[in-house]
Amino acid sequence: MNKTMEPTDHLEVVKKRKKKIPTEVSIFLVLVGIAILFEILGWIVRGDSFLMNPQRLLIMILQMSIIGIIAIGVTQVIITGGIDLSSGSVLALTAMVTASLAQQSEYARAVYPALTNMPWVIPLAAGLIVGALAGLINGALIAFAVIPPFIATLGMMVSARGVARAYTDGQPVSMLTDQFTWIGSGANPVIIFLAVAVLFHIALKYTRYGKYTYAIGANPQAARVSGINVRRHLIMVYAIAGLLAGLAGVVASARAGTGQAGMGLMYELDAIAAAVIGGTSLAGGVGRIAGTVIGALILGVMLSGFTFLGVDAYYQDIVKGAIIVAAVVVDQYRQRRRLKAA
Amino acid sequence: MATMTAGALAPNTAEFILEVADVRKAFPGVVALDNVQLRVRPGTVHALMGENGAGKSTLMKIIAGVYIPDQGEVRLNGLPLELHGPLDALQAGIAMIHQELNLMPFMSIAENIWIRREPLNVFGMVDHGRMFKMTEALFERLGIDMDPEMEVRKLTVAGRQMIEIAKAVSFDSEVLIMDEPTSSLADREVEHLFRIINDLRAQGKGIIYITHKMDEVFEIADDISIFRDGQFIHSAAASDITSSEIIKLMVGREVTQMFPKEEVPIGDVVLSVENLCLDSVFENISFEVRAGEILGFAGLVGSGRTNIAETLFGVTPPTSGSISIDGKKEIISSPHQAMLRGLALLTEDRKETGLFLGLSVIENMELAVLRDGYTRATFVEQNRLDQECDSMKEQLNVKTPSMEERIGNLSGGNQQKVLIGRWLMTNPRILILDEPTRGIDVGAKAEIHKLITKLVKRGVAVIMISSELPEVLGMSDRIMVMHEGKVTGFLDRSEANQVNIMQLASSPVKPTVIED
Repeated sequence: MNKTMEPTDHLEVVKKRKKKIPTEVSIFLVLVGIAILFEILGWIVRGDSFLMNPQRLLIMILQMSIIGIIAIGVTQVIITGGIDLSSGSVLALTAMVTASLAQQSEYARAVYPALTNMPWVIPLAAGLIVGALAGLINGALIAFAVIPPFIATLGMMVSARGVARAYTDGQPVSMLTDQFTWIGSGANPVIIFLAVAVLFHIALKYTRYGKYTYAIGANPQAARVSGINVRRHLIMVYAIAGLLAGLAGVVASARAGTGQAGMGLMYELDAIAAAVIGGTSLAGGVGRIAGTVIGALILGVMLSGFTFLGVDAYYQDIVKGAIIVAAVVVDQYRQRRRLKAA
Repeated sequence: MATMTAGALAPNTAEFILEVADVRKAFPGVVALDNVQLRVRPGTVHALMGENGAGKSTLMKIIAGVYIPDQGEVRLNGLPLELHGPLDALQAGIAMIHQELNLMPFMSIAENIWIRREPLNVFGMVDHGRMFKMTEALFERLGIDMDPEMEVRKLTVAGRQMIEIAKAVSFDSEVLIMDEPTSSLADREVEHLFRIINDLRAQGKGIIYITHKMDEVFEIADDISIFRDGQFIHSAAASDITSSEIIKLMVGREVTQMFPKEEVPIGDVVLSVENLCLDSVFENISFEVRAGEILGFAGLVGSGRTNIAETLFGVTPPTSGSISIDGKKEIISSPHQAMLRGLALLTEDRKETGLFLGLSVIENMELAVLRDGYTRATFVEQNRLDQECDSMKEQLNVKTPSMEERIGNLSGGNQQKVLIGRWLMTNPRILILDEPTRGIDVGAKAEIHKLITKLVKRGVAVIMISSELPEVLGMSDRIMVMHEGKVTGFLDRSEANQVNIMQLASSPVKPTVIED
C-alpha cells in the first residue's frame, strides 16, 4: 500500500513511524518481570522457588478469577469514559440472593423453606438478573438523570451493600446444594473467567456494541452526531458490568459455599486497578480485555508473591496503592503523547 | 465627537497610549497575524473591523497577554511591554472584556467583580461590607442599578455582560479592550454602554472596540482599523471613511481561486423548511433545496447558521416550524432519524464533534454505517466494510500510511476527507457541509470542492455553510444570508458578490414586515 504514496506524504508520516510495541505486550513483560523478581527474591529470602509450585499458582489464579470477571465489566465502563464503584457491593448482594435460592432442603433455617433443592440454573439466573438490574439502575441514573458515573455508582455501592445486609439481617446464608457449589469448585472459576474474557474480547473487537463503546469513550458528541444512541448504549454497558458483577457473586458464593453480606469488600478497586494496570485509559476510548486479564494477573502475582515472602499485609496494600498510581501516571503520559500527535 | 484629522495618526510615540508594532504570531500550520500595526490614541475609541478569521481576536489576546507574539512588540505609553500572562497585562493597565462570559454563577456580583482583589479586614478575612460598598460606588459611577449581593446566576445574559464591563472598568486600566460587547445587549443597554464608554473616553482612556455592527462603529468610534487574513490593511478616522469603503477593505481579495462550479440540472425540491424556530437562537427560517443544487449559508459566526444545520439533523429539535422531505412533513428528533431520512451533516468543529482522535482512520470512517447495514447477527461484517472503506479512501484520495493509522496523525485535510467519507458511505440525499474546508490546505480544499461538484451531479442536494465568502460565491447556486438568527436575504448566483453579502450579513432585517 505504501508504494502508491507520493513522496511528500512520506515526510509527514515517516517521523511518526517509530516502532510501536502493543500495550498488551509491554504489560505482559511487566508481569514476567515481577514473577522473575519474586523467583529471585524467593531463592534469596526463603531458599525456595516461587514459580515451581503449581499449587500456589492455581490458588493465585483462582483468587484473581472473581476479581477478573468483575474487571471485564469495569473495563468496558472505563472505555466509555465512566467508572463503576458498585461492583464489590453488587457481588455481595447477588451472592446473598443467589445463595438463598440454592439451599438444601435438609437445612432447617433456610431463607425460603419452600424454595430449596432447586436446580442450579435458578440461583444462577437470579444472580445474573439481580446484578444486571443494579447495573441498569446505574446506567439509567447516568444516562437520564445525567449524574456523574462516580456518584451514581458510589450510591449503588453503599445501597447494594445495605440491601445485602438487610436481606437476612446480616446472617450468612449457608448449606448450599452440591450442584450449585460445583460452579465454584476446582478450576471452574478460572474457566468461567477465561470464557467471559474471550466472549467480551470478541464483543469489543468484532461487534457494533464494541465499536460504539470505543466511539462513545473517544468523543461522545461525535458519537451522537454519527447517529449513535449514546444514552441507550451507556445503559447497556453499565447493565453488562452489573451482570458480570452478578456472575462474580454467583461464583464467589458457590466457591465459598455460603453467601455473606461482607463478600467482595473493596473488589471494585482491585477491578479498576486491573483495568488501569492493563492499559485501559481513565480518559476513555482506549482499553482491551487482554490487558485487563494481564493486569489482574499482575495483582495476583503481587499478592501471592508477598505472601510467599512473608511480607505483612499492610505493606502489601502500600505497594498495591503505589502500583495503581503508577499505572495512572503512565496512562496520563500516554494520553499527552496522543494529544500531541493530534 | 472626535474632530481630529487623519494627520493625528502619524507616528509619534508619545502620542499613543497603546501601540502594536510589527507583530507576528504563527500557530502550527497557520500564520494568524503577520506584520500587524495598531496605534490607539488616548481618549479615543478605536474600532477593529474584519471578517471572521481576520486575526482580530488573536491580536487582542496578544495585547491582553494571553498569547505571546513571535515577533514585534506592544508598547504602552511608549514603553515596551513584556507580558507573560493575562495577569501581567492587567497589572500593566490593560483590561479585556471577553466575548465569552467568565463569571462564577454561584458567587455574588461583588465577589465576582473583586475576585483576587478582595478587601481584607484586620484578621485577614474578606471584608464583605467594604466589598459591597466598593461595588455600590462603582455602580454609581457607571449608572448601573443592581444589588451587589445578588448571585450572578440570577442575572440575564445582558446583566452578566454589564457585570463584565463593570469589572473591567474597576481595574482603572489605561486601555480597555471590548470584544463584541453588545452581542447580547438590547438597545437600551447598548445606549447605557455607550454612555460608560463616553465617560471613559473623557477620562483619557484608550478603548479598543471590536464589532461587526456597522451602525455602532460610526456611532462610537473615533478611529477605525481594518484587518484581513491576519494582516493590517488600513487605518482611518471614522469621519474619513464610509461603510461601503470599510466592507470593500474587509473583503478585499477578488475571487481568484478557481472553483470547479459546473452547470448541473436542478431537480425537484428535496428539502423544504418552513418557519423553523429555535428559541432565542433563530426564528422563522424558511427555505428549500433542490436535487443537484448547492445552497450556500452565509453570515457571521453566531448568526445561527450552524444551529439550523444541527436542528435539521436532529441534534437540537426545533421549538416550532416544519421540515419536509420530498414534500412530506417529517419530525426529526435524533441524528439517527435524520440519517434514515437521507440526511448527513459534516459538523463545523472537526475536533469537537467530528473526529474520534484516539481511534484509527477506519474506525473513524465506518462509524455512521454500522447501524444500518454491515452487521449480521450482531457481528460487524468487517471484510465487506474494509473493502468499502478502502474504496472510499481511494475515491477521496485520503493520504494515510494505513487504515489502522491513528487519525490524529493525519493532516487536517485528510482528516476532513475521512469525515466526508464517513457520511458519503451512508449515501445521503441531502448533505449539509458546515465549514467543509476550514483550516485545510489549498490542495485538499480544491479536491473537496471537486467532490462536492461530483455529488450534486449525482443529484445530491447540498447545503454549504462557510465563513469564506469566495467559497460561498464560487460554489453556491443560491445564497441565504443570515444576521442574528434571522434570514436577511437570498441572493442568486448571478447577483451575489462579496459586498452585498457582507451588507446583508452585518445589518438587521429591514423592518418592512413586522416590528416588535
